[in-house]
Amino acid sequence: MSAQVDPEFEKQVDEVISHYPASKRSASLPLLHLWQEKYGYVSEEGIHWIAEKLGLQPVNILELVTFYPMFRQKPIGRHHIRVCRTLSCSLNGAYDVFEHFKKITGATGDEHGPITSPDGKFTVEFVECLASCGTAPVVMLGDELHEKVTIKSAEQIIQSCH
Amino acid sequence: MPVQERRIILKHIDQPGYTIDIDCYLKHGGYETLKKALKLPPAQIKDEVKKSQLRGRGGAGFSCGMKWGFIDPSKTQKPIYLICNADESDPGTFKDRQIIHKDPHQLLEGMIISCFANSVKLAYIYIRGEFPIGARILEKALAEARAKNFLGKNILGSGYDLEIYVHRGAGAYICGEETGLIESLEGKRPYPRIKPPYFPAVLGLYMAPTIVNNVETLCNVLHVVEMGSEAFAKIGRPNNTGTRILCVSGDVNKPGYHEFECGVITMGELINDICGGIRNGNKLKAVIPGGSSAKVLRAESKFKMKQKGPDGNMTEKEIGLLDIPLDFDSLAAVGSMAGSGGIIVMDHTRDMVESMANLSEFYAHESCGQCTPCREGSLWMKKILTRMTHGKARKEDTALLKNVADNIAGRTICAFGEACAWPVQGFIANFKEEFEAKATKR
Repeated sequence: MSAQVDPEFEKQVDEVISHYPASKRSASLPLLHLWQEKYGYVSEEGIHWIAEKLGLQPVNILELVTFYPMFRQKPIGRHHIRVCRTLSCSLNGAYDVFEHFKKITGATGDEHGPITSPDGKFTVEFVECLASCGTAPVVMLGDELHEKVTIKSAEQIIQSCH
Repeated sequence: MPVQERRIILKHIDQPGYTIDIDCYLKHGGYETLKKALKLPPAQIKDEVKKSQLRGRGGAGFSCGMKWGFIDPSKTQKPIYLICNADESDPGTFKDRQIIHKDPHQLLEGMIISCFANSVKLAYIYIRGEFPIGARILEKALAEARAKNFLGKNILGSGYDLEIYVHRGAGAYICGEETGLIESLEGKRPYPRIKPPYFPAVLGLYMAPTIVNNVETLCNVLHVVEMGSEAFAKIGRPNNTGTRILCVSGDVNKPGYHEFECGVITMGELINDICGGIRNGNKLKAVIPGGSSAKVLRAESKFKMKQKGPDGNMTEKEIGLLDIPLDFDSLAAVGSMAGSGGIIVMDHTRDMVESMANLSEFYAHESCGQCTPCREGSLWMKKILTRMTHGKARKEDTALLKNVADNIAGRTICAFGEACAWPVQGFIANFKEEFEAKATKR
């Protein structure tokens, strides 16, 4: 059940594989990142495609997707908000910030994982230490880091999302 | 007068006008040390690093020269690999982030010199998945270095070939453990390997000799070669040479990162003079001195410190928390550790059981699940602490919690077992009354 991918994507994939001359299997994580960046999540189709590309069994890829917290098997909202939960951020109000993000986006749930708003626009997620404890609490909006986040700046972050 | 910072690694970081472009780095003397190093015999660079007494900045404080010394390129038929551990994720630590995002070429130059010294032809930077911008910055810096022939084939006409690639993690803290990191780089789940036999220097990446060094350590190698081992060893204290980037967070007025000679500044000077003291006029209650797995220290505790006097005799001195010099040996002497340099400060308003519960959730989330004591223990510690913070503590919970922790440490493949047990042991030893009070308040 091999998926059809566009040639540009496959070119990127081949370039990444060339970084690991001793073992193609090393390209598993980079390929999962590439797939997730392009398609939003890692589908079963993606797992099979990557496995085939690297000469592995699909389970070799699936076990990575289920282990590494950043990979997901379902789509998330258009805007991904990751709130750091760990000690220095929590001492500086991360739990309030997290609750506020859930409130203003309409996302409900308590799980330590992605929580998506009913309209599918936002996914709010509590994550562990983002290594910016000196500017706590911190939040990642997509790839971008926001520092010293307050209830007020949380609202500005949401307003900046279209 | 407060102790002055000694910025060697952070020298240009946050300077107005200093950018991450290679041109800016070159204007500030960048890659000159590489040119010098390429003319030296690799064994001489290794010897310099050994003589500098440089200790690893990732957490364990292991001698860098000794780590490198385990590998003899003339005695192996296999390729030798070097991996830069840029998986910075120990709660409280945010130093490597600054280097990667603000001075990537310093890291690359240190890394290229380290690779040359160890006859490495292929190296990787394992950067945590949550640094996507950092990964792009490093990719761009590598491309710039390649274009100037600081990387690639026949570097600057020396006959030496080297390639470095960036490899991104995907959100698992255990990848910072060096053998877990290697498994991850091989495309597997990052289950740490058992030592012996899997010492990275012998059976590392692809079962070949491998060196894993922290970002800050590799930057230090650059400065050892630049200034010479003798000058480097004069910075700091004997066996604690060079500078250390200290990251301060929590309840201080001015959190941040600062670079000092190892051991010249005390905890009190750092918290009060450099970081503006405890915020909101509150009182200091506790400090976690070296990343979240370091044992917590209580403000009013007294510590017995052995010191070598001028006559060479050992004397014992009693000191307070604020008098502890910040270096590897002093923090080990008071029963904690310098670890990764992350200092978390807590004031008198903080509930120590809540703080411990917060950390226990981190460890339960990050245990890789390979060893039963850690997988089960970290989860049970979290469950017990959660009920303690929700008014459901039982009288026996404090003892139970300590018992679980005591039965993890020393019984796991990797040091994560200790990392999740030590904080619990430290918090209970120092704040037992707060844990026990939870049972009476239910």
